[in-house]
Amino acid sequence: MGSGPPVIEPSYTVATVTDKISSVVLTRRTPVGWIIGFSVALLLTMTFLTAVLTLFAAGIGIWGVNVPVAWGFAIINFVWWIGIGHAGTLISAILLLMQQKWRQSINRFAEAMTLFAVLCAAVFPLLHLGRPKFFYWLFPYPSLHGVPPQFRSPLVWDVFAVATYFTVSLLFWYVGLLPDLATFRDCAKRKLAKIVYGVLAMGWRGSAIHWHRYDTAYLLLAGLATPLVVSVHTVVSFDFATSILPGWHTTLFPPYFVAGAIYSGFAMVLVLAIPLRAAYGLEGLITPRHLDNMAKIMLATGLIVDYGYVMEAFFAWYSGNEAERFMMINRMIGPYAPAFWATIACNGLAILALWFPRVRRNVPALFGIALLVLVGMWLERFFIVLTSLHRDFLPSSWGMYYPTIWDWATFAGTIGLFFTLLFLFIRFLPLISMFEVRALVEPKT
Amino acid sequence: MNADSAEPSGRRKFLATVAGAAAAASLGAADAGATGGERGSKRKWGMVIDLDKCTGCQGCVVACRAENNVPMGGQTESELDRAIYWMDMMTIAEGHYPELRVQFVPMPCNHCENPPCIKVCPVGATHISEEGIVAQIFTRCIGCRYCTTACPYTRRYFNWATPAWPEELKKTINPDVSVRSKGVVEKCTFCHQRIRAAKEKARAEDRPLTDADVCRLPACAASCPADAIAFGDLNDPESEVSRLARSPRALRLQEELGTHPKVIYLREAKWRE
Repeated sequence: MGSGPPVIEPSYTVATVTDKISSVVLTRRTPVGWIIGFSVALLLTMTFLTAVLTLFAAGIGIWGVNVPVAWGFAIINFVWWIGIGHAGTLISAILLLMQQKWRQSINRFAEAMTLFAVLCAAVFPLLHLGRPKFFYWLFPYPSLHGVPPQFRSPLVWDVFAVATYFTVSLLFWYVGLLPDLATFRDCAKRKLAKIVYGVLAMGWRGSAIHWHRYDTAYLLLAGLATPLVVSVHTVVSFDFATSILPGWHTTLFPPYFVAGAIYSGFAMVLVLAIPLRAAYGLEGLITPRHLDNMAKIMLATGLIVDYGYVMEAFFAWYSGNEAERFMMINRMIGPYAPAFWATIACNGLAILALWFPRVRRNVPALFGIALLVLVGMWLERFFIVLTSLHRDFLPSSWGMYYPTIWDWATFAGTIGLFFTLLFLFIRFLPLISMFEVRALVEPKT
Repeated sequence: MNADSAEPSGRRKFLATVAGAAAAASLGAADAGATGGERGSKRKWGMVIDLDKCTGCQGCVVACRAENNVPMGGQTESELDRAIYWMDMMTIAEGHYPELRVQFVPMPCNHCENPPCIKVCPVGATHISEEGIVAQIFTRCIGCRYCTTACPYTRRYFNWATPAWPEELKKTINPDVSVRSKGVVEKCTFCHQRIRAAKEKARAEDRPLTDADVCRLPACAASCPADAIAFGDLNDPESEVSRLARSPRALRLQEELGTHPKVIYLREAKWRE
């Protein structure tokens, strides 16, 4: 990805880059589209709050979960959201270490996406608890109980993985924002904006010593964040892989989950980037080359996921384990078979179109495929969680899971929460890193 | 001060005292084990259920419910198929009408020696006792239901709503068993409150706990009119459960999973493969 067309439109200068990006927040009127989008997202967030309040009042009996399917939407959504976050970290940390300059136009909002996705993910394990008020028992703190968390449980590892991920993502995002916040402070016309951005910029003056410290800190944070791209979803996959249920108990899960996470994450970046660049006229900064590169990563990780599907079926057959075989056949022709085949269609077939450069350059097609991938990855988690649980080892304890209106309301609500935060971010913070893109400007001779 | 002469004899005396105390302590511990003390006990509680004797009367299910304050749930919860059974009666239908045979399988918790449920509990609310009982601390449970999904026998139940009893049954709540709150997991405990009571009774009478004390001790075993359920110490080769467990009819559920259940079923005919 080193050579090829320029990363940003060659006509941009240092001044126009800053103007273009800062005008979204500082000078332009709030577009009607933003107001409509934000209202819809806020409405969904209110739905989320209603669903959560009802849940706290009535207990998780309002959801469709039951014995034997004691895990439902909460776990599916948790895995889906946390997976989406992974693309942001990959773009900001791994691509930084690999000196991929094209990342500089997309890393800022991808990092914001990570942060909000992790936030949406983190609420689910809490809501999932039968007694959410005692969630803090999962943390090792000096308590009068004298009972520490049980460290053999992957759920405790999850707490550490997600908490670390959120903290590092937040730090990384905020440190990256500092020079741009200072630019906003200096460019803002209104006093309140000057004060707020001034406080947030933490006294950044852009001196050589500031930049020196900044570069060191940013590189260190990138180094810290890099293993998280692999470790967080590995730990999430352990939730399933360490149990003995057929369909969960497999060594394949960690790489399969990590690839799936990056895959769905890039799909989300595309789903966000495509309308954003159109709405704010940023086609010169988020160029076809960006879209092409992201599509390529999506194709690569998607093929790893597809390999996972094939291997799951192969293991089920080759192991000779009756329970595994039954699980696989049930997955293909059982009550949740539509979810399985829809996943194969979205994740297995639709992305094959990305082999063709023509498709990768076709923006609407790319948007459509990315949406299908997001749906496909959600359905994948759906069938992984449900098909293993609803047909347990003993036929006497088989059951079904049907999501209730509250399951859907909570899920839709987190989508609303995600977009509410994203709309606020677009409105009040630079959605593209100005100082990093300025470095991409071709010197005029 | 006669230090020179006193010191060696003092040291010798001291060492002798320490050695004596250590010996007494170890003897005391061994003694406690023999008379049924919790610490250092070599017991391994197990249950044998004779399916050939079981008539499917569900007496065990009802007795368990009454003994362990298992909530009724009410109509709403029952309609949602969320009733809780520490002891459940499963049925396996074999053949087709009119050549139909139904096998009844009373299913308590298997109290596995290698339980998949306790490893996954994030807060240590479930653990295996020294005597092999897979216990659940209701007040510690945060309700993540990891154990419920991990149990290959689906023997763990969750309080989806606030547990409720009809007004008449509230008076019959067993004071020896704590009632649970909404949002926690509950399960069979082999009626550990009865085991504790039996141990205390034996101690009060200054005699060891015998197989006869415990053989029909859990509510399910006590209520079985067909005498199909036996309970006792699997480590005692003379106990009734050990004798029955050596029967060629003995089998355990899902043995290939390596969970080593301590509930052993007896059945004459070969199980359906």
